[in-house]
Amino acid sequence: MSLRGRALVYGDDISTDQITPGKYLKLTEAEAALHAMEGIDPTFMTRVKQGDFIVGGRNFGSGSSREYAASSLRIAGIVAVIAPFFARIFFRNAINQGLAVLECPEAGQIHEGDELEVDVLAGEVRDLTQGFTLTATKLPPHILELVAAGGLVPWLERKLAAKRAT
Amino acid sequence: MGQTLSEKVIARTSGRTSVVPGEIVWCAVDLAMVHDSSGPRRLGPLLERLGAEIWDPSKVVIVTDHFTPANDQAEVEIARVTRAFAHDRGILKYHEAEGICHIVPLEQGYVRPGMLFVGADSHSTTAGVMGAFAVPIGATEMLGVFVTGEIWLKVPETTRIEWSGRLRDGCMAKDMVLTVLGEIGDDGATYQALEYGGEGVYALPFDERIVLTNMAIEHGAKAGVIPPDDLTFEMIGGAGRETAVYPDADAHYLRVLKHDASDLVPQIAWPGSPDNVAPATAAAGERIDQGYIGACTGAKYTDLAAVARILKGRRVAPGIRLLIAPASKDVMRRAAESDVLATILAAGATLLPTGCGACAGLGHGVLGPGERCISSTNRNYPGRMGHVEARVFLGSPLTVAASAVTGMVTDPRELL
Ligand code: SF4
Repeated sequence: MSLRGRALVYGDDISTDQITPGKYLKLTEAEAALHAMEGIDPTFMTRVKQGDFIVGGRNFGSGSSREYAASSLRIAGIVAVIAPFFARIFFRNAINQGLAVLECPEAGQIHEGDELEVDVLAGEVRDLTQGFTLTATKLPPHILELVAAGGLVPWLERKLAAKRAT
Repeated sequence: MGQTLSEKVIARTSGRTSVVPGEIVWCAVDLAMVHDSSGPRRLGPLLERLGAEIWDPSKVVIVTDHFTPANDQAEVEIARVTRAFAHDRGILKYHEAEGICHIVPLEQGYVRPGMLFVGADSHSTTAGVMGAFAVPIGATEMLGVFVTGEIWLKVPETTRIEWSGRLRDGCMAKDMVLTVLGEIGDDGATYQALEYGGEGVYALPFDERIVLTNMAIEHGAKAGVIPPDDLTFEMIGGAGRETAVYPDADAHYLRVLKHDASDLVPQIAWPGSPDNVAPATAAAGERIDQGYIGACTGAKYTDLAAVARILKGRRVAPGIRLLIAPASKDVMRRAAESDVLATILAAGATLLPTGCGACAGLGHGVLGPGERCISSTNRNYPGRMGHVEARVFLGSPLTVAASAVTGMVTDPRELL
């Protein structure tokens, strides 16, 4: 699972209240996604392109368990979030949503706009612009299975189909 | 080696005799809670897509609290979908507009010591007040639980927070939480379980204990647990002893934080993050536009009684709004039956419906750009209670009430 794209860089403690402000929670998933990152960066939606990465600081996705935070980023075009560490609910939500998350202690070395190549399964982040490779914590096998399936819903779909077939 | 309370619950529900931190295990869920925002509106269509049934409807609790009473047609529709889901799928533990999703299951006696509880809301750590291992999860994660009855959990390390001594007059459990938040930060217990103990914790009334486990998530924790004592069992009519589990004397803790509750003075969090903590006196004189008593954290009966104690014989300062959104209908009824509600209203406060409301930037009492509020809720991240440029201080209900009386952040001990 190798992905290539551009880095959009943010600071520490980006909360889900900032990624998806509460007033958008009553909207549908797709509608709420039009306001992704609005509480921290009102220019995000005009800049983001399909295939981009978000590089966050420490404790990315803190606060509320709202899943719209993860789904909005995915729908906006983000394919993976790279950060030194994540708030745990956001981390799980992202995986369940099919949005890759990489815990990478040195993520702070990546600059805004850098071209990245990310191997989710191997846990590798190559910064092509600056010419270095960072290592991310390797995800345990059953989580990789979820990521490879594209999230929890497709994974469950397969699991149920396999059960019905037996 | 001994086990912590959290490890014991994970071991039991994963069919093992013991577990160690870092292990990933599949666990059978005892109780699963969703609310109107995280629940049926998202899970209904997904269950249909999978053609799946709920594994055990008797183990599911649904609470409509975020979008009620409805303010517009979108909210009307969310409530309708939630109601229909509960009806069609045979979920009897369904509560609409009765209170906040972390308070109602406690009032109803659904949460039992030793349970594995999962909730599709970040403050689902609250249920740990009953000695349950209670874990917040997201909506899609809950779909997995609804379909299989199971969830994977990484066994967390446990940090123990020991409070010796008793709180002095003018301090509340909120001041205890803020103190620890100031010390370890809002990511200080990420991926960990918190276990609370010591005289300072067990001397607290049950309502106050709730504040500790409720705000465990504010430290980034996966759970916050208070091992049961007699008061725990009293809350469920003397039941629960058979399922209760306790930490072993030789349990392993990642660290033990020790504090003396009798040393505390009232604390506040400056706007921006719940870990921007300082003594209330450090912010004394900061002007406010609004006081907010609300949420699963700060609008229980004890909280309203604390507010009434400050407001008795006083008035909310001219030009200041003091809004009260009780944590449940039961709280509102009890406040009305005692003189608590009358005292609060006589002082000029405004009573709001029970529910999440402005705590989540919904309903009544949201803030505009530049407006300043002091709130008994749990979070003050930018934009949480309305506009991103609103400024929200967090404090105990006593501190919020005292500040509403003076119109600026005030140490409540000055008004006791
Ligand atoms: S009252 Fe606030 S913190 Fe509690 S469940 Fe509702 S939105 Fe969440």
